[in-house]
Amino acid sequence: MLPNASGKVVVTVGRRVKTRVEEEGKIEEINVELPHEDLPPWEEKNLVWVGKGIPRVDGFEKCTGKAKYTYDIHLPGMLYGKILRCPHPHARLIRLDTSKAQRLSGVKAILSQENAPPIPWYNDSFLFDRTLRCVGEEVAAVAAVDEYIARDALDMIEAEYESLPFVVDPEEALRPGAPPVRPGGNLLDGKPIIYSRGEIEQGFDEADLIIEENFSTQVQAHACMETHGSVVNWEGDHLTIWESTQGVSDVREGMAKALGIPISKVRVIKDFMGGGFGSKTREGKYTVIAALLAKMTGRPVKLMLDRKEEFYATGHRPSSLQYVKAGVKKDGSLTAIYLRSIGACGAYETPLFPSKFSMIDALARPYRELYHCPNVKTEVYPVYNNIPVHTAQRAPGHVEGTFALEQVMDQAAHQLGMDPIALRMKNYALKDQVEDFPYTRKALDQCYQKGAEKIQWEKRNKKPGEKKALICEGIGMAGQIWGGGGGPPAYAIIKINQDGTANLLTGTQDIGTGSKTVFVQIASEELGISPKDITITLGDTETTPYAPRSSGSRTVPSVGPAVRSAAADAKRQLLDLAGSILDSKAEDLAIREGQIYLKNNPTRKIPLKEITQKMGNNMIMGVGSRGPNPPQAAINVFGAQFAHVAVNTATGEVRVLKVVSIHDAGRVINSMTLNNQIEGGIVQGMGYGLMEEVIWDKGTGIMLTPNLHAYKLPTMLDIPEVVPGVAEGSDPANNIGAKGIGEPPKIPTAPAIANAIYNAIGVRLKELPITPDKVLRALKI
Amino acid sequence: MTHQIELIINGEHYELMVKANKTLLELLREDLDLTGTKMGCGTGDCGACTVLLDNRPVNACLVLAVEARGKEIVTIEGLAQGETLHPLQQAFIDHGAVQCGFCTPGMILTAKALLDNNPNPTEPMIRRAIAGNICRCTGYTKIVKAIMAVASR
Repeated sequence: MLPNASGKVVVTVGRRVKTRVEEEGKIEEINVELPHEDLPPWEEKNLVWVGKGIPRVDGFEKCTGKAKYTYDIHLPGMLYGKILRCPHPHARLIRLDTSKAQRLSGVKAILSQENAPPIPWYNDSFLFDRTLRCVGEEVAAVAAVDEYIARDALDMIEAEYESLPFVVDPEEALRPGAPPVRPGGNLLDGKPIIYSRGEIEQGFDEADLIIEENFSTQVQAHACMETHGSVVNWEGDHLTIWESTQGVSDVREGMAKALGIPISKVRVIKDFMGGGFGSKTREGKYTVIAALLAKMTGRPVKLMLDRKEEFYATGHRPSSLQYVKAGVKKDGSLTAIYLRSIGACGAYETPLFPSKFSMIDALARPYRELYHCPNVKTEVYPVYNNIPVHTAQRAPGHVEGTFALEQVMDQAAHQLGMDPIALRMKNYALKDQVEDFPYTRKALDQCYQKGAEKIQWEKRNKKPGEKKALICEGIGMAGQIWGGGGGPPAYAIIKINQDGTANLLTGTQDIGTGSKTVFVQIASEELGISPKDITITLGDTETTPYAPRSSGSRTVPSVGPAVRSAAADAKRQLLDLAGSILDSKAEDLAIREGQIYLKNNPTRKIPLKEITQKMGNNMIMGVGSRGPNPPQAAINVFGAQFAHVAVNTATGEVRVLKVVSIHDAGRVINSMTLNNQIEGGIVQGMGYGLMEEVIWDKGTGIMLTPNLHAYKLPTMLDIPEVVPGVAEGSDPANNIGAKGIGEPPKIPTAPAIANAIYNAIGVRLKELPITPDKVLRALKI
Repeated sequence: MTHQIELIINGEHYELMVKANKTLLELLREDLDLTGTKMGCGTGDCGACTVLLDNRPVNACLVLAVEARGKEIVTIEGLAQGETLHPLQQAFIDHGAVQCGFCTPGMILTAKALLDNNPNPTEPMIRRAIAGNICRCTGYTKIVKAIMAVASR
């Protein structure tokens, strides 16, 4: 049902409809119950709180050290858990002797394949498996009275392995006769994932110009500042888990299933967390291990990974090799796009999504969707290799795919003598060509235009590399498409208290993005009371109704409409009450800034508190749910980023001087947290583009970069000036008009930098990260 | 081997028994429940555990508790006067210099050490001073702005 601007559409409660929901590129049709009422869009001119850059509601806790992260939870009698990990890239465990470790004073329990239940995990493997397919895989675990004793105990466990042949390089893994990572061959499901529309060969025949290029992208670590981990406590058969997670409900469901206990007996709490970026979407092996150790010992257990484990055992953005062939006519119109790519899964398929959807294929989505093109074929080879399993990382796939695609577009523009923005406008897609649906809104043209103005696009080198100097400057740009439309199910409850304050409860979480603040603003706007009078509770499965995990840039567009719906429900009841007290009709009343007033005579008003005081302990409880997405429509976030770089042609060093970032994310709820997302996404994208790389030694399967000095993260000395912005207006896709912004700014950063480098020195860098040695090699110095 | 040490933490005098291998970070967090000081790496690379030791920013994960004997320590818990925040804390909130908040205590303390020594640093000086504190969320821009705002007062 499309949001109806003309007024309320009251529907029967309990009516269910099918709707299309997207997360990280995975599209599902689900059944959803329609909310109480279909709220019309807010009137722009009347907005009081929405759109303001109000500071975070939890800023005080975070700046005073009062904020409790999972890592800060300490319970009486708590034990510390540590995990013994496999030192081999492929091995069979043939002997495990824990007897010496058992005897160490302070050791309370040891868990391994010998005494742990056979809980299914990746593919057909188990929590503890005798076959180990990468360095870092879990072999055993210890609970002890302190971390030092736990670590000593790990050293005392004797594990004997039979080494098996292994393969680290994804291309080698695909060759005939390569060591099998797992039974059934190294190609996931034995075949590439193919998408095709039109006639690809015919498309190339029609082209005046063919561009063919090979690109490679590296493994990127999430490098969350707070490592993954859990604190668990059993009280009888009730399990409480503090987990550094992006999805409290997912952890609850996963843990109930893993342990074979009812969902009602599991409570997951995540108050504050130190970053996730896609890696903390569900329970880890460490969560289950902590719960089992706690059960065995009858004591709470804390199991936080150390930094090295964080690098090894929490997933990463997978590497890719991309061969791209594109055909264009002289006028710039694309006739064909072909992609063949190899993506490294690691030893397993990612457990984030059930089968039939490979995240490795997500890199092909921009090729299919970013531009209008009648003939497209993508052929993706997800391959197993003996490194730890990959997972989602901020805009999975799109970051890798867009790096290559947008350089191909830049190259085509150069060879055709066209303005790269004009080439993009020539191939502007007006609909989702995969689903054959129109977009609810697409303001990418506005993003191109605004961004070009702010970077002073006309100042780029007309001929790439035309100026020869020690320091060469250049300007480049790239665009992006992402999902980020959100959808049901998501729920919220608002309780109005007798002093006129309110409590907002929803089962989502704030992973550092600012969602707590955003939801308070939405509730304030709809209820007409100040944000300081609303207290939000989230990140606790026991006290809040369901909301989805924070992934796919969908927290605000999924949960925000449910919050608004709950606030509207509470407001309706409040106005009913006010009407009965004031002897007016509820529909003649409205609330604004804590005052209830007559719509046709706003000077006649009464403080909300005077009404609520009369409630006593009678409750007003607003319940809201996320309605369906509009049928037959695609919801996407679009954007364009522009980079201004300086390349030192003697040292090969690239400095990013400025990045302009304009996105169509629909309505902005909080301008400050939106800009935070853009600035942070750009710096992560810049790290990906220029310095970050997880390196695996092909001869041993060992990671060479498992710490924060070998793995190069951007610091304050590396960052450019960032100019964030948005395309004006809201998206009719949901009742708050907003889409997600968490992931999009990361997507076009590396290609914009690469295109700017090309503009500066006339040489194309096709391998990530673009480190000085590669620049010098490209310059043939 | 256990040692007796005396030190001042956030203005309070402590007499403590500590093991020789206990780090200052462990002492603060585990023995004194001052969990505002975080550990990001344990190897001195990220700056999340920054505290002030005799007004100098140090990585508490690299300092043994016994090395702090007789010294004065300031942690993030020692900055606010009741509900009144230190100007840097307030600036971090007002300028949106905080996202997940895990690196924030270390950032604020490093900035405090800088401003205590030089109340009017230039922007490049601020960037250099904070370069040892890693933030994975904010992209740093608003952190620089927050510190600049306090420095220019």
